[in-house]
Amino acid sequence: MQIEEVMKRKVITVSPDTTIGEARRLCQEHRIRHLPVVEGERLAGIISDRDLRDALPSVIQKEIEADEIYELPVSSFMKKDVITIHPLDCIDDAALTLYTAKIGCLPVVSQGKLVGIVTESDILHSLVELMGVDQPSSYLKIEVDDTTGRLADVAQIIKGCHVNVSNVYVYPSKKKGKKNLIFRVQTIDPRPIIERIEQHGFRVIWPEKLDFKHRTAHDRTEEKEQNDDEPSSL
Amino acid sequence: MTSRPAFKPLFIYSEQLLNYFFHDEHPFNQKRIALTKQLLECCGYLAQDQVVAPRLATDDELMLVHDQDYIKAVKQASLISDQTSLGQEHPEFHPFGLGTEDNPLFPDMHQQAALAVGGTLLGAELIVQGQTTRVLNLAGGLHHAQRGKASGFCIYNDCAVAIEYVRRKYGMKVLYIDTDAHHGDGVQWIFYHDPEVFTFSIHETGRYLYPGTGHVNEKGIGEGYGYCLNLPVDAFTQDKSWLACFESGLEAVLQFFKPDMIISQHGCDAHFYDPLTHLAGSMAIYARMPEVIKQAAETYTGGKWLAVGGGGYDIYRVVPRAWGLLWMVMNDVPIKQGPLPESWLDDVLPLAGGGLPHLWLDKDDILPVIPRQREIEEKNRLMLNQALSYLRQQVGSG
Repeated sequence: MQIEEVMKRKVITVSPDTTIGEARRLCQEHRIRHLPVVEGERLAGIISDRDLRDALPSVIQKEIEADEIYELPVSSFMKKDVITIHPLDCIDDAALTLYTAKIGCLPVVSQGKLVGIVTESDILHSLVELMGVDQPSSYLKIEVDDTTGRLADVAQIIKGCHVNVSNVYVYPSKKKGKKNLIFRVQTIDPRPIIERIEQHGFRVIWPEKLDFKHRTAHDRTEEKEQNDDEPSSL
Repeated sequence: MTSRPAFKPLFIYSEQLLNYFFHDEHPFNQKRIALTKQLLECCGYLAQDQVVAPRLATDDELMLVHDQDYIKAVKQASLISDQTSLGQEHPEFHPFGLGTEDNPLFPDMHQQAALAVGGTLLGAELIVQGQTTRVLNLAGGLHHAQRGKASGFCIYNDCAVAIEYVRRKYGMKVLYIDTDAHHGDGVQWIFYHDPEVFTFSIHETGRYLYPGTGHVNEKGIGEGYGYCLNLPVDAFTQDKSWLACFESGLEAVLQFFKPDMIISQHGCDAHFYDPLTHLAGSMAIYARMPEVIKQAAETYTGGKWLAVGGGGYDIYRVVPRAWGLLWMVMNDVPIKQGPLPESWLDDVLPLAGGGLPHLWLDKDDILPVIPRQREIEEKNRLMLNQALSYLRQQVGSG
């Protein structure tokens, strides 16, 4: 999934000489946390609601001092070394950048112009869709060797069962040399799939199997009738 | 103590209902209704004058909740009745959820599905017209069907059609209770905006199990916010925790909503023998839940209680006993704790392909051992509190 598919194109921006007070009002009105600062179409910096909070005096300080600060331009507080992303980058890249740089948003820049913005919540929203949890489905977790072609092998087995896969993802196992494959399959009855996957020698981790104590005096079988003395109680 | 109903409870049944049948290997098998009926008759709990044949739901009635295009698609799919043709792929029906592994085409599919709906509708009519207070339609409970799509073995949503019928024609506030191990998603989404219908579903968490929905945060939307309660219990939940969640949840719902009628879905796939789910309930929950629902109906709705079937995929060891217990409760017969009738066991044992429990209830020594049961119970308690926080605030402030 590319950034241009998830980014917001309508970006609320300010100019370097916009006042701190105006920037704060914009953040509150639009319920946003980041304001790109632009000169013309060029990105000059970014200011976050946290930068604004840090800039403003405490609410218990004198109003006169606060008023002066509200009139200062955002250019005096904005961050100028902005990390940006390109519309054709993948959301994986965006997620990694947000995670490693510990930031909350990425302005999207193309040919020197600000064309959009992507935030943590946009990425989270996309991940929910990518995980396939918005479609009726059952969950399967399969442990495979971390070698070439295992995902394709399992996918082929599911294809043979004529069941649609609404989502798949892969993550490393805690066991060395193994990986876990997660499939969301569009069926209420995944048993035939599980059976075939196991027949091919793969280990299905979920669903877990219950350890039953079968065939006690509780059951009557065709081979041998057994009797219970007393009825059970609730 | 609950008082006896003014009239005998009625049992919707005809052999035609067994023709809602996908194919021999398909897990959804309505033979379980006949097995239940036979069990009840062997015990003398089902009198001939309690049995009422279903009727067909009309297109107008189906359209109370379903899209016209969808009904048309089901009818078209029904025309493919040739067995050779049935086995072929019919991708043109896939957008309607038909012709898939879960919902393969079968002969007369529209008629058979409309009959299941007609049974539940007839039950609702008999109750609202005052001919009885309690009706059971075991062929109903097809709770996954959506407005324009079949899902999870359900073609038409009989529960939703009956709810909408009662609501529109009689202006009643309906409480829908869903005890199937799978979330009652179809009914929930159809009434998600509606404050006159409360949908309450206890089920295995959708984290792993189909359909994947039924989170505690799904509470309704717009005017319907607060009129939907989900209790997604953890996999391997056992009786004590399941019942604690169910009873606390229902009590809170009743205090908040005060329904005019109860429609309850009795899928019995939360049993540890069930092959499609991962819960670990025993027959004890199927003895207790109907008692709780009956008491609720007596207290809030003047006894008006329409019960329907639902999931349940161990059709020999689980379903006849669970649904038999439900009917006993509906008839105010004390829960039978002893052995199942020999004549029924003799008949069913050769079909069951293995052992059959010979007691109505499961003895403790056969229950599965779940190593993390305390953690599961704790997690369910936290989930319950989270789910009920809004209702408790509403009742507290009201």
